[in-house]
Order: sequence, then structure tokens, then C-alpha cells
Amino acid sequence: MATQTIAHGEQQRVNYLNWKTTVASWLFTYDHKRIGILYLVSITIFFLLGGIAAALIRMELATPKGDLLTSDVYNKMFTIHGVLMIFFFLVPSIPAVFGNFVLPMMIGARDVAFPRLNLLSWYFFMVGALLATIALVKGGIDTGWTFYTPYSSSFAKGEVSLAIVGVFLAGFSSIFTGINFLVTIHKMRAPGMTWFRLPLFVWAMYATSLIQVLGTPVVAITLLLVAVERSLRIGIFDPNLGGDPILYQHLFWFYSHPAVYIMILPGMGVISEVISAFSKKRVFGYHFVAFASLAIAIIGFLVWGHHMFSTGQSIYASILFSFLTFLVAIPSAIKTFNWMATIWKGRVHWEAPMIYALGFMGLFVIGGLTGLYLAAMATNVHLTDTYFIVAHFHYVMVGGAIMAYLAALHFWWPKMTGRMYPQSWAKLSALLVFVGFNLTFFPQFILGYMGMPRRYHSYPEEWAALNLLSSAGASVLGIGYLLPAIYLVWSLKYGRVVTERNPWGARGLEWELVDTPPDPHNFERTPIVTRPAYDYGHPEEPTGIIPKPRPVVVGGKDG
Amino acid sequence: MAEHTAHHTEGHEHHVVPIRVYTWTLIGLLILLIVTVAAGFIPMPVWLGTVVALAIAAFKTSLVMAFFMHVKFSGKLVWLFAAAGFFWLVIMIIFAYADYITRPWEPVPGF
Repeated sequence: MATQTIAHGEQQRVNYLNWKTTVASWLFTYDHKRIGILYLVSITIFFLLGGIAAALIRMELATPKGDLLTSDVYNKMFTIHGVLMIFFFLVPSIPAVFGNFVLPMMIGARDVAFPRLNLLSWYFFMVGALLATIALVKGGIDTGWTFYTPYSSSFAKGEVSLAIVGVFLAGFSSIFTGINFLVTIHKMRAPGMTWFRLPLFVWAMYATSLIQVLGTPVVAITLLLVAVERSLRIGIFDPNLGGDPILYQHLFWFYSHPAVYIMILPGMGVISEVISAFSKKRVFGYHFVAFASLAIAIIGFLVWGHHMFSTGQSIYASILFSFLTFLVAIPSAIKTFNWMATIWKGRVHWEAPMIYALGFMGLFVIGGLTGLYLAAMATNVHLTDTYFIVAHFHYVMVGGAIMAYLAALHFWWPKMTGRMYPQSWAKLSALLVFVGFNLTFFPQFILGYMGMPRRYHSYPEEWAALNLLSSAGASVLGIGYLLPAIYLVWSLKYGRVVTERNPWGARGLEWELVDTPPDPHNFERTPIVTRPAYDYGHPEEPTGIIPKPRPVVVGGKDG
Repeated sequence: MAEHTAHHTEGHEHHVVPIRVYTWTLIGLLILLIVTVAAGFIPMPVWLGTVVALAIAAFKTSLVMAFFMHVKFSGKLVWLFAAAGFFWLVIMIIFAYADYITRPWEPVPGF
């Protein structure tokens, strides 16, 4: 491996972080790892902004009276929170950060298939985020993240069209990432990396990419149609102009329900990696978990109408969507049971990523099972637009996806940075997030069941105690999220230096054959994969090898 | 197409499509645009108008995909993904229509 002499005269191995250090070398990089880091920094900012909006919402709801924010500002707050968290944090979170960083290494590739497209996706994301942020700052919008028509297209004030263009661009960023990963997985697997030797994170990313490519164009065009109706008054969704508002909901949820799986499927991939690495066991039922990812991606496209049971959709269509929604529970349950079976009789190591992964399983199970109440038409009518819904999707998208994101961050952090964070603080943070999350959102199930509607800034006195509990829990959750930000940044300078390739003793090419931090080109030469994924039963046999260089023939016929 | 030049490098094929193929595709698309507008002036039931408009749109899309996007000259995997795109569109339309068609049906009179 190449080395370079740095300022103090000591020899340091060249890695993707130090081989070029100018700002331009980051902003114009084609290196998938650096692009992953660019995404990490960007989405952290939007998570913080979305989190501030959430904090204001919970502060308002700590008391029954609407005394902190006016109803108008409150509407804008939950819109800011939803738009930033969904389009600018959750959708790109695991795919754009960890998919970019580890997926090529996992399959033995030296980069993604289209490095320039990869960088372009980040620029699309940033421009989209900038436009959306301008719209949110410049007076804000109050449509909610769903941009429901005809309110958004004909009545809402503010920069709705600008926010929509921002989301449109972020959508194309997501499509670019999806295309890149699909082609990379199909075309750039190292020799010996057969489909059923792929790590399950790669299977999950494949399924996610399918949704990104097949679903995102629909929402992008749909939102553009809202902007067209808003600016040109062409009747598409507004009944006054001859349009149909429920058509908007069909088109919007055709993407936005599968979008939930864009957020959770990569998380499931992470959990497979982490559970296996810290149980020192092959993932139980590998093939079932792999195909469950595909099944979730495909069935997830057939269930969108469950968002519309009470909005005027035909009862017969609702019956169909209800039935199909129940089907999604099957592959989700397959995954959960198989993770538990993986831990069973494994040599479990209670490191921070594992604690996060276990937290994911607990919260995702609650989120998933409460989804069944909403899949059933009768209970859905009672619970729709109440806090039950808010609690349910936060259990899946925050309890599930963000727990998995944090698990991934703690799992691959040493590989990304060459530094280790303090384990005890990380475990404490995982615990705080788990406890704080449940305190925040479990009371909301009860509130929703009691009939408290979402999106109001005041409520009757009898719901005060549960709301106060929820707001108190949000404080704990906030501390749980702030802690990693502090100790991870701290670790960049003061954390233990990690020089070994495989600090967790995990299996996989990114751990066994890639240096820490990785070489700019990942592998010296393209590896040859010799073993299946998670082959913990044969610790003496590496998952892959780097072939020896071909001997240089001097004086041959070309010489 | 005999005039297509194909360079084979490590399993990749790069087709150089003659400019007249693109020109004819463009002319075909413009003709279909005229047909779309003309169809709008022909009196026909709404459902038939929808079918005709969608059929023309599908044909136009096929031309763009086949020639401009090079699907015609690509391998089976690209064909599969292109077909998946169409299939997903069909899913979206059929399931949404399942709502529109059955909305007037009443499970009991006065529902």
C-alpha cells in the first residue's frame, strides 16, 4: 500500500480521507466513499433543522392551550418537520450515506457504476434542499409534507411551488442513486460474488433501488402537476377546475407508501449485517431474508389505497388494498423472526451497534403490528388522522429507520474515520433513544385511540397528562440524538485510532480486505470471492482474496 | 441494422446509431402529436377517447425508449427493466381505476 510523508515526517498510509485534502477535492470527487460522507454531513444538517421543528411542536403540545405558537405557525412547523425529515433526511439516509460508502466494497467493486452520476445526485439533492429551505424560511408553507390538493394547488399561501421544485430535484437525486446501485449490483460484482453470496444489506439496497427507480418518477411528476395547476390554473386535481383531488392521493401514495420501504428496507439490511456480526452467526434463513426484501418492495407497491379508506375511495378498492396491506406483514415478520433466530445460540457481543439493532427490532415490531390496525378498514376509519397514525409511522420511520441508521453509523464509523468512539457513551445513547422514543410515542397511540386528531396546536384538558409525558419523552429522545453527535465528532480527534481492518471481527469484504480507513480505490486489485456471506463457522477461511499481481513479462512480442 | 457499428469491449456494446434513425423517430413523434390533437376533435365517448389517447401516448413512449434511449439495441436485462417500468405503470393505472370504476357501486342501496 502506498504511503505518503506528512508534515511531521512520519509515514502515513494513503487513504480516501488524506490523499487529497482541498475543498475542491471533496466537492468534485467521484469517490463513492467521499460522496457518502458529503451526504452524511448534509443530511445531518437537515436532521437538526427538522429536529428543531419537532422540538417546537412538542413544546407547544406540552400544554393544552395553543400558547406558544399560533395555529398558522404550528401548521408551518409540522410541514417543515415532515418535508425536511422525509425528503431530505430519511429517504437519502441509509442509501445515500451507507449505500454509497459500503455497497461497492461489499461486492468487491472499486467504485459505483456511474461515479459522475453519483456526484450529480448529491448536487441535485443539495439544490433541491436549498430551494425547499428557501421556501420554508421565506414565510414557510402549511400544506403538510403530503401537499394534499386542492389546498396545496389552489388555496395555500406561501412558496408551495418552490418547495415542490425542491422535492422534485431531491426525487431525481434519489432516482440517480437507485439507478447507480442497480447497475453496480448487476454489473460490478467481483468474481465469485454470486447473487446468493451477496450480503443482505446489498439485497436490501437492490430492493430499495427498485422502488426508487420505479416509484419516484411518479411523485416527481405528480408534484410538478400540482405546481402547474397552481401557476397555470390547468384543472388536474381541483374540482373547481374540473380536476379530481383523489387522483392526487392515488398518484402521491403510489410513491409515498413504497417510500416508507425506501426508508425501512435499507435499515433492515443494516440490521442483518449488525445482528450477524455481533452474534457471530450466519443470518438464519439467508434466502428468505433476501427474498423478503424483494417481496416487501413489490407488495409495497400494491397497498397505497390504505391511506385513502376515509377520503372517498370506493369501498371495493379499499377491500382490495386492505387485503394486500395485510400481506406485507408476512415478509416483514419473516425478517424479524429470522433475526431473532440468528441471535439464538449466537455468541452475542453487546457493543453499541448491537444495542441499536436490538432497539430497532423492538420498535419496528410495535410499528409494524400497529400497522395492522390501520390495514383493517373498520379500525382505520376510527384511527385515521389521529395521533395513532402519528405514533405508528414514527415507530416505523423513526424507531425503525433512524435506529437502523444509528446502528449503521456506529457499525461502520471506525471503517469510515479510522477512529473509535467511546462505547459506554454510545450504549447510553442507544438506551436513551429507546426509552425516550417509547416515552414520546407510546402515549400517542393512546391519545389517538381516544380520538385526539393530528395537526392541531391545542386540545382538551383531559389529554394533558399523556401529552406532557410525550413532550418529556421527546426531551430524553433529543438528548439521545445529541449525544452521538457530540461523541462521534469528539472521536474524530480524540477517539482511539483504529488501524486494524476488522475491529468488530465481522465477515465481509469491507472488513476483511479493505484497510481502515479505506484506500481511495478500496482494493489493491479486484478481489476474488471464495466464501458465502457471514461464514462465521469457518473463521480461518477469508470471504475473499486479493489475487497476486500478474507477472510483468519483459521482452515479449509487445515489449 | 447492418449500418450500426458495434464496439465490443469487455462485454459492453456501444452502438453508433445513424442520425437518420433519430430523424425518423422525431418525425414519427411529431406525426403522432398531430394524431393526438386530431383525435381530440373527433367526437367519441369519453372512455374511447381515453383509450385512444393512452394508446397513442404508449406508442410515442415506445419510440422514445426504443430509439432515443437505445433500448432496442440493448441487452435483455435492459429490456426487462424497461418492461418493468411499463408494468408498474399498468399496476398504477389498473389499481387506481379499480377505485374509479367501482365508486358508483353501492353495497346496499343508499350507502
